[in-house]
Amino acid sequence: MIDLDTILASIAYAGSLDEVEALRVKHLGKQGDVSALLKTLGAMSPDERKVEGPKIHALRESVAGALATRKAALENAALEEQLASETIDLTLPAPETPRGSVHPISQVMDELAEVFADLGFAVATGPEIEDDWHNFTALNMPESHPARAMHDTFYFPDRDAEGREMLLRTHTSPVQIRAMIEQGAPIRIIAPGRVYRSDSDATHTPMFHQIEGLVIDKGIHLGHLKWTLETFLKAYFERDDVVLRLRPSYFPFTEPSVEVDVGYTMVNGKRVVGGSEGWMEVLGSGMVNRKVIAAAGLDPDEWQGFAFGTGVDRLAMLKYGMDDLRAFFDGDVRWLSHYGFSALDVPTLSAGVGTAA
Amino acid sequence: MKFSLSWLRRYLDTDASVDAICDALNAIGIEVEGVEDPAAKLSGFRVARVLTAARHPDADKLQVLTVDTGSGEPLQVVCGAPNARAGLVGVLGLPGAVVPANGLQLKKSAIRGVESNGMMCSTRELELGDDHDGIIELPEDAPVGTSFAEYRGVDPVIDVSITPNRPDCMGVYGIARDLAAKGLGTLKPVPAVNVAATFPCPIEIRTDDPEGCPAFYGRVIKSVRNGPSPQWLQDFLKSAGQRPISALVDATNYVMLAYGRPAHAYDLAKLTGAVVARRARDGEQVIALNGKTYALDAEMTVIADTVGVHDIAGIMGGEHSGCEESTTDVLLEIAYFDPERIARTGRKLNLTSDARSRFERGIDPTFLDSGLDILSGLILELCGGEASEIVRAGAAPSTPKTVHFDPDLTERLGGVAISPQRQQAILESLGFGVVAEEAGFDKRWIVTVPGWRPDIDGGPDLVEEVVRIHGIDEVKSVALPRADGVARPTATPAQRLERRVRRAAAARGLHEAVTWSFLPVAEAEHFADGEVWTLANPISEDMKAMRPSLLPGLLSAARRNLDRGAKGLRLFELGRRYLRGGSGASDERLALGLVLAGEKSPRGWATGKAASFDAYDAKAEALALLAEAGAPVDKLQVMGEAGAQFHPGQSGTLRLGPRTVLARFGMLHPATARQFDLEGPVALAELFLDAIPARKSASGFARHAYAPPALQPVTRDFAFLVPSSLPAADLVRAVQGADKANIVAGRLFDDFRGAGVPDGHKSLGIDVTLQPGEKSYAEADLKAIADKVTAAAAKLGATLRG
Repeated sequence: MIDLDTILASIAYAGSLDEVEALRVKHLGKQGDVSALLKTLGAMSPDERKVEGPKIHALRESVAGALATRKAALENAALEEQLASETIDLTLPAPETPRGSVHPISQVMDELAEVFADLGFAVATGPEIEDDWHNFTALNMPESHPARAMHDTFYFPDRDAEGREMLLRTHTSPVQIRAMIEQGAPIRIIAPGRVYRSDSDATHTPMFHQIEGLVIDKGIHLGHLKWTLETFLKAYFERDDVVLRLRPSYFPFTEPSVEVDVGYTMVNGKRVVGGSEGWMEVLGSGMVNRKVIAAAGLDPDEWQGFAFGTGVDRLAMLKYGMDDLRAFFDGDVRWLSHYGFSALDVPTLSAGVGTAA
Repeated sequence: MKFSLSWLRRYLDTDASVDAICDALNAIGIEVEGVEDPAAKLSGFRVARVLTAARHPDADKLQVLTVDTGSGEPLQVVCGAPNARAGLVGVLGLPGAVVPANGLQLKKSAIRGVESNGMMCSTRELELGDDHDGIIELPEDAPVGTSFAEYRGVDPVIDVSITPNRPDCMGVYGIARDLAAKGLGTLKPVPAVNVAATFPCPIEIRTDDPEGCPAFYGRVIKSVRNGPSPQWLQDFLKSAGQRPISALVDATNYVMLAYGRPAHAYDLAKLTGAVVARRARDGEQVIALNGKTYALDAEMTVIADTVGVHDIAGIMGGEHSGCEESTTDVLLEIAYFDPERIARTGRKLNLTSDARSRFERGIDPTFLDSGLDILSGLILELCGGEASEIVRAGAAPSTPKTVHFDPDLTERLGGVAISPQRQQAILESLGFGVVAEEAGFDKRWIVTVPGWRPDIDGGPDLVEEVVRIHGIDEVKSVALPRADGVARPTATPAQRLERRVRRAAAARGLHEAVTWSFLPVAEAEHFADGEVWTLANPISEDMKAMRPSLLPGLLSAARRNLDRGAKGLRLFELGRRYLRGGSGASDERLALGLVLAGEKSPRGWATGKAASFDAYDAKAEALALLAEAGAPVDKLQVMGEAGAQFHPGQSGTLRLGPRTVLARFGMLHPATARQFDLEGPVALAELFLDAIPARKSASGFARHAYAPPALQPVTRDFAFLVPSSLPAADLVRAVQGADKANIVAGRLFDDFRGAGVPDGHKSLGIDVTLQPGEKSYAEADLKAIADKVTAAAAKLGATLRG
């Protein structure tokens, strides 16, 4: 007679998958004893089968279940053993991926474009190799104007087809002229870009970056200029305590002309924009001179507006704390890694245009 | 421009403090660059008397003094000055005082074992002179114990920056006028000087160049005694940063610095014949007061006698006719020169001077007689002598300028409402005349411009005058009108492309550099296809040519980084190349350059040795960035002619059609590498972003409908034997084109040469992806496609590898 307990015990003691398989064949295989028992059911009377059938089936299921359980246990143990042998040292370094960066000047230009886009300013561009008409004459600096001499201009020996002297633009202001001629009025633009002065010392480089702003419309006055500069600086520095001090000044292309100081506070020996412990000059601006509006082909009795210009490099330094302008143009990867920005630091108004330290 | 407070007070009756004056100057547009207060510098120094002086026990050259400081016990001070002696009254620096000459703070110390409680000072140590032979000796009766600053009566000096539109403020009097208008005090009138003319002017004075010199006034003063000028004048000049020279020269400088009125004094004995303002003759030369020789031309106005040129008109006098100690008779010149001609001459000669900076900005044409009288009176006062009558050759432009002004403009342009009465008062305080043009005072005015304000020629100028004196702080912020709704996008397609490519490059691990637009000429020419832009006045030879390519600047940056020990370098720059355009204009094109130098990956536990960059890395970057830029990269072909700067066998161009080059890439030519001092392999690429064709504007934002194929794609591998010289891309393109209805992709996965492959050949493996349409492929279908592939490849000389 078949003894279930003996069978189950033999299965439980099976030491390998082969032994489990041998037991399966022995009991449940075609010639197996449990299979043989199942076959006896066919010869039984219905009443006998009603009594014996469930018993024999239960026996078969118990054996099959025990075989499956034992098999799974043995497989698990084998897997665990295999996995244990596959252990690796995860303190070893993962493959390195290089990290790139966006230059602070590009980042700040994107920030400025974002702020000014909200104020309705588009970005305009113009050539860096300019002619003296666009760079000076149209901006109310005729040839003999003393302000021309103060610009430390880089000249080319070349003249263009109209006989104009070619030079490196000394400011982004010629873009005002080009934009007004091309687009007419009303107009709101900013014009960021490289500018050049023949000047080189600890705080000046022969190439640097400016951003120019221009609004020409009807009824624009000095109060609009002041608001625009305040609004822009507050948005750029993301501080509400930005205070401006206007000082009358002189630029040939604006009248009245205003120099703009921004208040700063000393924090750990560095100037931080905000408050009014001291003042530093950040912007030149004014109401566009009638002669400039006329030179750009517009009627100065109909249109008036303001213009301003400031150094992008300087705005970057004031916000992000670099203190050496020359390092901007060296391409030193240590500096770029330190001061550069992640590709994902795209300035947006909703997240704040700046990137926190 | 610098001036002392007492000089200002000579013209401005005011009790205002230096701080209040400086605030007012800043507020009205005369920027204060600094205030030098000698009193502050001399704090801690006081008048003291030496009571006893004895030999230092351990040093031959030192003495031990007891010094009376006027209060408390006498102090013991060690002193090395040879003139230190009992009874001397000098200047003692107490512990805590900072020595102006060297910035050192004094403290109690022991000098060779003897306590010293301060320092007796020399004039040089206090920056009051050059004398360092001994300590300062003051008069016996100098009040011991008073602060030395107070005793000396030092005078603060204000340094201001004058904008080029304000020649009137290049004289202290003009600054005083502005301050008075601002309410800082009362302006004293210009002194009316009556000079008794006792004889006719003995020398002929003419202007033969009425254009360049419309007016030339002169007079002789004879029997003068030239010598040092008095202390007050020397102090004024020193405060302005001028070196006192002699009474005659100092007097002319005084008139220039006080009233912005340049003048010149000639030694009459050195002049021959008539003194004439005329054009110089081409090639004529003059030795100027700075000792340099200048070659003149016929566009320049000069003052000359029958012998030669004595003055580059309005710019600098000549060395030969200047006044000296021995001068007894002088010719004074006060002239009006054309500002533009002065500016042009000065620029051509590259000669700056105090006179030029005033003349070219515009001198008051109504101030010739007054200026000459003030100068004559001062010379008579300082040097004695007798004055001749004045000769007036020509006349300065005398019609005063008038400006029609609507006082409403102040609010319309300046954004601040100021009553017409207040506006009138401001303008009048600045010397303008205000008359109502027609009925109604507050409508149209005729404003007469004073001669000293050549900068004023329209309403906006007057708005500036009114607003700056009224107070620019009064201008209130007014919001710019804003378009309805959220802000509209403003970036142009080019700007969007630039931003996208920049961030893509940074995301791929490259650092963005910003390098100079300038290059050494040799480097620029090496990378140029045409003539480069070369500066006439570069700051150095290394910054002379405008870059025709972004690569040289990046190569130099790479070298600097490698020199600093960087191992692997990925740099890019996005910027302009400067080419020659039509009509003599420039043609500036947006490009992206990138340099991959040194190690691509460092040695590693998993990867073994360090890997270097190769041309495929440059190709990968170029293609990836072009894709981000929206270029149709699947249509690009790799062709040659990357340029002489590249390794000829390891470089190429990416072209859209045969002519449009979108990028070049590859390995740096070893010769170029040597030129840039670069060692090791350098891969590089340059993307011509301006050459990317504009995308056909998509209609809206919706993408094409998504329609994935119903059946799974099938892949088949092919291996072909081809001549080694066949570009793999040609074979792949042929295979892809063999059956366009079924083949959706062909990808090269193997390039093998060696065992089993005949010499001069290579084996290329391509996996081909087939996309069934309506129904799955039968064996016969696949065979037919494979035959087409094999046939297409055969046209390139490829045979199926068995």
